Amino acid sequence: MSTLSSTVQNVFNEPGCGKNQGKSDKERKKGCTKQLQPGAAAGGCAFDGAKIALQPITDVAHLVHGPIACEGNSWDNRGAKSSGSLLYRTGFTTDINETDVVFGGEKRLYKAIREVIDKYDPPAVFVYQTCIPALTGDDIDAVCKAAREKFGRPVIAINAPGFVGSKNLGNKLAGEALLEHVIGTEEPEVTTPYDINIIGEYNLSGELWQVRPLLDELGIRILACISGDAKYREVAQSHRARAAMMVCSKAMINVTRKMEERYGIPFFEGSFYGIGDMSESLREIARLLIERGADAELMARTEALIAREEARAWAAIAPYRAPLAGKRVLLVTGGVKSWSVVAALQEIGMEVVGTSTKKSTAEDKQRIKEIMGEEAHMFDELSPREMFRILKDAQADIMLSGGRSQFVALKAKMPWMDVNQEKHHAYAGYVGMVEMVRQLHLALTNPIWGQVRQLAPWESTTLTLDSPVVADAASAAQVEAA
Amino acid sequence: MATVRHSKKACAVNPLKMSQPIGGALAFMGLADTMPILHGSQGCTAFGMVLFVRHFKESIPLQTTAMSEVATVLGGFDNVEQAVMNIYSKSRPAIIGMCSTGLTETKGDDVEGYLRLTRQRHPELEDTALIYVSTPDFKGAFQDGWAATVLRILQVLVEKPAAPREPARVAVLPGGHLTVADIEELREILESFGLEPVFVPDLSGSLDGHVPEDFSPTTIGGTRREAIAALGSASLVLAVGEQMRTAAEWLGQHIDAPVQIFDRLLGLGATDRLMAFLADHSGRPVPTKYRRQRSQLVDAMLDGHFYTGGCKVAIGAEPDLLHGVGRFLAELGCELAAAVTTTDSPLLEHLPVEEVLIGDLEDLEARAAGCDLLITHAHGRQMAERLEIPFLRMGLPIFDRLGAAHRLALGYRGSRDFIFEVANALIAHGHEPHPDEWRLPAQASAQPLQHTG
Repeated sequence: MSTLSSTVQNVFNEPGCGKNQGKSDKERKKGCTKQLQPGAAAGGCAFDGAKIALQPITDVAHLVHGPIACEGNSWDNRGAKSSGSLLYRTGFTTDINETDVVFGGEKRLYKAIREVIDKYDPPAVFVYQTCIPALTGDDIDAVCKAAREKFGRPVIAINAPGFVGSKNLGNKLAGEALLEHVIGTEEPEVTTPYDINIIGEYNLSGELWQVRPLLDELGIRILACISGDAKYREVAQSHRARAAMMVCSKAMINVTRKMEERYGIPFFEGSFYGIGDMSESLREIARLLIERGADAELMARTEALIAREEARAWAAIAPYRAPLAGKRVLLVTGGVKSWSVVAALQEIGMEVVGTSTKKSTAEDKQRIKEIMGEEAHMFDELSPREMFRILKDAQADIMLSGGRSQFVALKAKMPWMDVNQEKHHAYAGYVGMVEMVRQLHLALTNPIWGQVRQLAPWESTTLTLDSPVVADAASAAQVEAA
Repeated sequence: MATVRHSKKACAVNPLKMSQPIGGALAFMGLADTMPILHGSQGCTAFGMVLFVRHFKESIPLQTTAMSEVATVLGGFDNVEQAVMNIYSKSRPAIIGMCSTGLTETKGDDVEGYLRLTRQRHPELEDTALIYVSTPDFKGAFQDGWAATVLRILQVLVEKPAAPREPARVAVLPGGHLTVADIEELREILESFGLEPVFVPDLSGSLDGHVPEDFSPTTIGGTRREAIAALGSASLVLAVGEQMRTAAEWLGQHIDAPVQIFDRLLGLGATDRLMAFLADHSGRPVPTKYRRQRSQLVDAMLDGHFYTGGCKVAIGAEPDLLHGVGRFLAELGCELAAAVTTTDSPLLEHLPVEEVLIGDLEDLEARAAGCDLLITHAHGRQMAERLEIPFLRMGLPIFDRLGAAHRLALGYRGSRDFIFEVANALIAHGHEPHPDEWRLPAQASAQPLQHTG
């Protein structure tokens, strides 16, 4: 465990992390994850985080070394899409039993790796450590090393057992494994001055494919996306990119920064959510590439593309502006960066009445303040009960959140829209923004709202016309009319 | 008679099985005003919660002791105590139900002892029931966790000396394979014989997808603690599913009441046996509506047998569901060509199939080639696509269709609808003949005629 704990410490020391910069050495040693409160905690474990970060690599066999809970309860449940191999959606687990717990599971793991290679012939196997074998002392690094030598292909230990910390820590530990064992291990056949990496984008609902055509038109090649719709080879060759964009700031900062350090790949932090942010990201990509040797004419082409696509997007959004203007949004999210969604919503004239900032950095919060003004309601921890109250009291017209809190809104009979990883719609880039606006409009104006808030005929009517529920139904009707 | 085999593979591929702790947690979710909690790392809870949210499309009350590496090594007392007190101070539930996980079982935490100590240190917990169940992930499967938890719920809550006997009261112990709709149907059947069933647990009160007046972090319905405590007044213990045998027999003995276990309630004969038993037990005739429903089921069998006859089916399900669905399909003329399950059960060797494998969906996929119908939980979707055969989702989880909780497969009505579902799935994948379908073999005279389908 000594190597794992030193890796964890190393991740805690990450200088690229905004939060870390404001900490004393002692605070930094304690780590970035808040002590979890038993009986009042929510969210995934480090293993979950590692799996989220790496599973989008589509042609790799992702093998979970642990009891059935870790894979059996959760496999094939994420929305990362693939343009090729579907192997990443196959659930592999050693499903350890009592004997493995007592006598150790290393032999079973070794055999499991052999079975996977024999049957599925993947370019690489990722082996995920989990709590029990970590506790009983299965040395997965040694097993993976032996398997790599025996089978002549990469077998990579992902050392992020659940009990070392949060999902976010798991994202970073997964990144460390890529840096240590994958990135820089293969050379691309050709490189161009227009090669970039996109880091921290998982192609959920196919969002990468909303952005890729823009880059294609500019002649910019995604050498590797880490890890959405990626192939193992692409990640292994990603050290030859000229520039990088870091998409989800907290998840993969260590990968991005260390690739700059080791391979001299400059990066910027950007977002594909919102028209303004999308354009800004394209400009930054062009700027960095030009700095690293791409022809300066790239910028003019980029600006032309931006002008054309922005105009197209705004034209598509125009019909929705009036009905959505002034609608109040409660934004509860950690999966995508709050400030970039806030900006996106404000672009179309919606009002964000509150946002959760549980996973945002100090810098993120500052940005939210700049965008929303000083009175912005930022909730560090918004309890479901509080969300329910805000919605029930009609202090917001719609809640945007991840799937787990959706029923808080729905049970309050208020519109809700998914903005997290399980969502079914893709919201990236210009087309994605148009889709998001369309979905917002659909959610807010669905004719069910008036009906579901109606009392049953046998329930005594104590409501008056100006009580929140009735008033709300009336405003929904107005939206419908508009 | 079937041979029961365990898969010999080192690597499970595309798991069919889910873990004991979440089976246990689901059982706790059928009790009112309850907070289930897993004693393990927070991921154990997060995975379970996401799974149930996607299946039920409901908020899921499920907490965690949030064990870290250090806490695990040092022992989980502090985390158990903090978790109980945090839940208590936030929502004061009637019941806190705790399931262990592989992690804390490996360490060997004495959770019963921790809970006793917690009670001693916090007398305010006097009115809160604390129920602990041992459910290691590395043993058994989902339905074992459910069964073990129901047994513990009864052992902790049912009071002795028994309340005065109520002739109409029936303690009903449904297996974890029954849906909300199944439970509602069974309740309606029992009530129509003048009986008063108390379901332990009762998901139809909590996870039936209703809209409560106010927000609650605990369960929003289910059987009340007092009703379970007063089960000593029951005159009959009725269980559905072999998994409930231990709990049913314990309760029967504890309250000195007769025990009736139905291994399944799907199919004509199976439902007939239920009706005959209830008529006998209650002394009332079978209500007219069930005579009518029986006739409808008979008609559905007549209409459906054209499709089900000779149909080769591959099923992946937990033992009780596999048994119920498998036997009924066999009674409809289907051939059970492949059966894969998750855990041991005395039912398995009686299945009308050559071999039952305790394995995974990769095993089922290998055996399902050439089958006409696949029945398993939603994770069968990838293999159904590859095999290009119709796919009927049954079991848990079903995360890619709505209304999983309201799928009925119990009683005459449920059996009737099940036939329609199976037949419709087959019809939708109907085979269109083409001109060369019946082309003669090269040396037609030399070979005996063979079935071509």
